[in-house]
Amino acid sequence: MGSVNDNKYVIDVRNVRKSFGPKLVVNNIAIQVKRGEIYGFLGPNGSGKTTFIRMLCGLLTPDHAEGTCLGLDVLKQQDLIKPRVGYMTQKFSLYEDLTVLENLKLIAGLYGISDARNVINGITEKTGFSGREKQLAGTLSGGWKQRLALAACLVHSPELLLLDEPTAGVDPKARRDFWEELHKLASEGISALVSTHYMDEAERCHRLAYIAYGNLLARGTIREVIEEAGLHTWRVEGANLSILAEKLRKCDGIEQTIVFGNSLHVTGRDKQRLENAIKPYLNESGFSWMETGSGIEDVFIYLTEKKATDNFK
Amino acid sequence: MKKTLFSFSPRRFASVVVKEFIQMRRDRMTFAMMVGIPVLQLVIFGYAINSNPKFLPTVIVEAGQSNFTRAIVSAMKNSEYFSIVKEAESEDEAEKIMKRAEAQFVISFPPDFSRELAKGKRPQLLIQADAADPSAVSYALSAFEGIVNSALAKELKGPLAAIGVKNGPVDIRLHRCFNPEIRTQVNVVPGLLGVILTMTMVFITSLAVTREKERGTMETLLATPVKPLEVMTGKIIPYMIVGYIQITLVLGLAKYLFNISFAGSISLLFFVAFFFIAANLAVGVTISTLAKNQLQAVQMSVFFFLPSILLSGFMFPFRGMPFWAQCIGSMLPLTHFLEIVRGIILRGAGLGDFYRHGIFIVAFLFGIILIGLFRYRQTLD
Repeated sequence: MGSVNDNKYVIDVRNVRKSFGPKLVVNNIAIQVKRGEIYGFLGPNGSGKTTFIRMLCGLLTPDHAEGTCLGLDVLKQQDLIKPRVGYMTQKFSLYEDLTVLENLKLIAGLYGISDARNVINGITEKTGFSGREKQLAGTLSGGWKQRLALAACLVHSPELLLLDEPTAGVDPKARRDFWEELHKLASEGISALVSTHYMDEAERCHRLAYIAYGNLLARGTIREVIEEAGLHTWRVEGANLSILAEKLRKCDGIEQTIVFGNSLHVTGRDKQRLENAIKPYLNESGFSWMETGSGIEDVFIYLTEKKATDNFK
Repeated sequence: MKKTLFSFSPRRFASVVVKEFIQMRRDRMTFAMMVGIPVLQLVIFGYAINSNPKFLPTVIVEAGQSNFTRAIVSAMKNSEYFSIVKEAESEDEAEKIMKRAEAQFVISFPPDFSRELAKGKRPQLLIQADAADPSAVSYALSAFEGIVNSALAKELKGPLAAIGVKNGPVDIRLHRCFNPEIRTQVNVVPGLLGVILTMTMVFITSLAVTREKERGTMETLLATPVKPLEVMTGKIIPYMIVGYIQITLVLGLAKYLFNISFAGSISLLFFVAFFFIAANLAVGVTISTLAKNQLQAVQMSVFFFLPSILLSGFMFPFRGMPFWAQCIGSMLPLTHFLEIVRGIILRGAGLGDFYRHGIFIVAFLFGIILIGLFRYRQTLD
């Protein structure tokens, strides 16, 4: 673990804990995000992602937390952290009855930007809002709203972006554009913590953390996460896969089966036991079997299920 | 089309009813308001309102006491309509007290009242009433002559018994001050100024922060370095201007539509209004920090507005209310503002005449802002 003032990390926190009433929502999570890094924050709905991000930007008070954000104490120096962080809420939360320009001017004012006009001009140009400045934010489409929200985050030139499911409910093209923009920002040295529950977006992050039920289940690069899980996966193609899945799930050595459209992923922890389990079906007609590497999705689902059963034990 | 309009399925209907009940039960606040507001209204209308006010403060200007004057004064006390608060040295002093609205009546005995009375010369007895609110004084006034006559009848015995048999022993002169034509508008229209400000200012701002919460924009605000005092005062200022537009409008209409003349300084009224508007806006902002949604904000505003309109002396004479209702009334800024507005417009009162009401409004303003700041959450916890 790096020292508290290690400049390498823009986020270096540990033992972050928060509960609402009796419910523990974030359970001793620790993450480290390097400067200029896009750090993915993945997990199912209700896993504590939003709560964690809100604690980092001072919107919620943690029950317990240690460490630093931008080299500042996460608990005691919130006032100094806020002006250097750009936070994008999950739900569009700019003023729908203000225009694009009015929204950006407001944000610039709240951060006390002195040459607001130049800054905003630069940002509207960069984010493609030139010509749309006078449009009411409420009349923008989902993709443009998201783009405006990102623009608003950038007005005060933050060093760190905290983006809470920025791509939820946005079409694939807008998502792709968004990620390109994010990588461009990263190359300029702006770090980002991005929460999402789209598995494919995991691959666009430099590193990621996976949390479920408030617990950190895995972290690292995608390859590290997959390797660490140590799973083996076979893919089956054919008809009536759900009936096959039903049978396989009961077999010893098979941890999980996941249907992906026309194929089925069969996953186990022990290579030999997995092969023994599927042997009776290997030569059944109508199915074609192939051994593949485990994907990040197989790993995440496995980790989530395992944590859920652990919790009930 | 017609068929769908009138078709009715008991099962679908029942589902809607059940859903409504569930939602009603979940929204405790709304339910409490639905019960609380009728109770509040019933108590206020039932107990607090009395259109036949008694124990009205009265000042006596008396030159030389005698059995006659003592008999009149004690009969007035016994009638329960009048409560003698002071014996003034001069007419001037009495007038000042009236301007401060500290007395409802001034009763002046001329210097040779008793001598003239004994001679059967029907001396004048002047009763001046603060008739700004005609309904507050009408009962007392109509009882006055009877009180005087019966009090004197007991004193005029023996050789004096013949005095006043025909026309009454004294010549009672009634002077209705501040509203000689007994027009209700003269009292109501200036009062409305305060009521309108209370209503719009509290409602508008009580929605201000709750709307931000409901739309999620509060999260954006909280994530920026903006501070509570900046948000609160920032939200208040634009509505101050709206408040001043309302004042100008109401005063203009009062003058040109209702022919109400202004006895006092209008610029002074504008100055005092600043604190009153600000106080109401602060109430609104504070409500909105307490309310969870816009509906609750509206309900809380009603809870503030209702006593304001009923217990401030706007609808019913303040002096007619029981002590506890007057106490509640005194806690409301509208009560004090009404005193100031009526003082300035009708009685020509100056700052010195109502400074105590002014101080209350300012204190109320700062108190409420403090509560609002304390309640304003800088996090989403």
